[in-house]
Amino acid sequence: MTLARPIVTATGLVKHFPLGNPFFGRSRSYIAAVDDCGFSLAAGETLGVVGESGCGKSTIARMIIHLVKPDRGSIELDGAPVGQSGGDVRRLRRAVQMVFQDSYASLNPRHTANEEVSFGLFALGRPRREAIARANEALHLVGLPPEHFSGRYPHELSGGQRQRVNIARALAIEPKVLILDEAVSALDKSVQAQVLNLLVELKRKLGLSYIFISHDLDVVRFVSDRVLVMYLGKVMEIGPVERIYSAPSHQYTKALIASRLSMDPSRRTAAPPITGDPPSPINPPPGCRFAARCAIAETLCRTKTPELTSTVGDPSHWAGCYATMPGSGHSKAPSAQPVVRPQ
Amino acid sequence: MSVQSTVVAPPQLAPMEKKHRRGYWVAVRRRLSRDPVAITCACILVVIVLAAILAPLIAPADPYKTSVARRLLPIGSSGHLLGTDELGRDMLSRLIYGGRVSLLMGLLPVVVATLVGGFLGVVAGFSGGRINMITMRIVDVFFAFPSVLLAVAMTGAMGPGLSNCLIALCIVFTPSITRIAESATTQIRNQGYIEAARASGAPAMRIITGHIVSNVMGPILTYASSQVSVGVVIASGLSFLGLGVSPPTADWGLMLSTLRQSLFVAPGNALLPGVMIMITSVSFNLLSDGLRTALDVKP
Repeated sequence: MTLARPIVTATGLVKHFPLGNPFFGRSRSYIAAVDDCGFSLAAGETLGVVGESGCGKSTIARMIIHLVKPDRGSIELDGAPVGQSGGDVRRLRRAVQMVFQDSYASLNPRHTANEEVSFGLFALGRPRREAIARANEALHLVGLPPEHFSGRYPHELSGGQRQRVNIARALAIEPKVLILDEAVSALDKSVQAQVLNLLVELKRKLGLSYIFISHDLDVVRFVSDRVLVMYLGKVMEIGPVERIYSAPSHQYTKALIASRLSMDPSRRTAAPPITGDPPSPINPPPGCRFAARCAIAETLCRTKTPELTSTVGDPSHWAGCYATMPGSGHSKAPSAQPVVRPQ
Repeated sequence: MSVQSTVVAPPQLAPMEKKHRRGYWVAVRRRLSRDPVAITCACILVVIVLAAILAPLIAPADPYKTSVARRLLPIGSSGHLLGTDELGRDMLSRLIYGGRVSLLMGLLPVVVATLVGGFLGVVAGFSGGRINMITMRIVDVFFAFPSVLLAVAMTGAMGPGLSNCLIALCIVFTPSITRIAESATTQIRNQGYIEAARASGAPAMRIITGHIVSNVMGPILTYASSQVSVGVVIASGLSFLGLGVSPPTADWGLMLSTLRQSLFVAPGNALLPGVMIMITSVSFNLLSDGLRTALDVKP
């Protein structure tokens, strides 16, 4: 992934949601939804984002298309920073589109499929006739023949069909990057497979790049080239999909991978590898976010936040864990080696 | 575990029904026209409104011509189909003329309040944050006063008369409609399709007209139409207190209050203005019910 030119680069994204009434002074407490997160997405690549509910996956997605304004950090599109001005945001939104999780709530109950898909085009100033034709093309592209489906209301469509309309709406804008925020999580397994295959096919046909957000590790493995693992608003690990699944470096990733249910009865685990709930993201303490649930956490892990570091053996595989960071001072850490810092 | 499965040919998709080709509002009108209750109410209202507009042409007698000899004639008297009032004026003519002021008092403030309150509420709900908070706290101030008291206080301050009465009623109705519009907008503003529309780069005004208005129209219209009857009643209350229209103007509310003294002498006559107010308000309520059902896409 080092050769391909990055199409989206996010650096040091931070989003803290203040708690309490915004009207009467600034609140001291905040929810650290996303804390200092960065990654880059290469053209034509699928970046999977995994993590438990509430770890900030959706907030990252919303920050990338500026539905949520980042507190700090920058987003670059094709090497040029975006999001500074209104025109910038419009440029960003033409290049990056998003498909939301709840396929029903994402469609206006009073709009037909065509009205829904053409709305964005029409609102962006395309003539009505052209917008409608383009919407029909997009519907055709996602496998909904417009002669049958363009006049249907959301309640006349199945879950998979609704999600296809959502995908068509995003594609109608002709984006380069599609953010799929739990786009298949609410669908039945069989429908999920159909939509996933459609996504893979569309990516090939249209030369798209995906940011694929999901809590379903198997789905992420199926579609992704690289995987980013998040926990409580922090990036724990990022690397090629085979490395993440076969040789995870971070303790959290290891636990997450081990918690997958297996089809093979002999590999069923008796007890879940992680116990308890994630700690509250309100005013998080310093140190590794996972330290409270980590089996091998040491004082170092609870006092100093680990930086993402290139792992031994693969320069494109980064993890923020002292236990595998050479020369970190953790008792399990390998011996010191020259440490490469991320770009 | 084995599951016996037979491959079934995918069902042939029904060709798109014709209704889908038409727009949303065409479908609403079609659904409304199939609702017998709504249609009946609409017809009644059309008759009442037309009668009020065409009053000089259809009223059988002069509504202001008094006659000491023909006071409180019962309903069905010759020459006076609905009898006469306490000053011998023809009741039917007065009811027809009375609709003019009463419908104006009932309808105009509600229409104005729906436009103003709907706009304020949708903007407040859509922008959220401080704009929302400031708007809604101002609205709360108005909610602190009972609506009748507010209308009385404002008309009293501005002086009696039809136009001041109308202004007071507009101000009385606006806060509650603002609140309805705001809560309906807040409810849908975080829905996926609004976010998706924002993500597509559509300007805020386009999102409001394209997505929000059609979705908040239902609750607003339903509430507003129920306020028409309240408007008629408050207006008659103001007239009764001498703050609205003054006698001898024909107005249902005013007629109700002047005929009050004759309730035991000619109960039928005294109740007639009340019956008119009731028919009008019930028709508006039922029509609004039908409208709400018709606005819903699902059958």
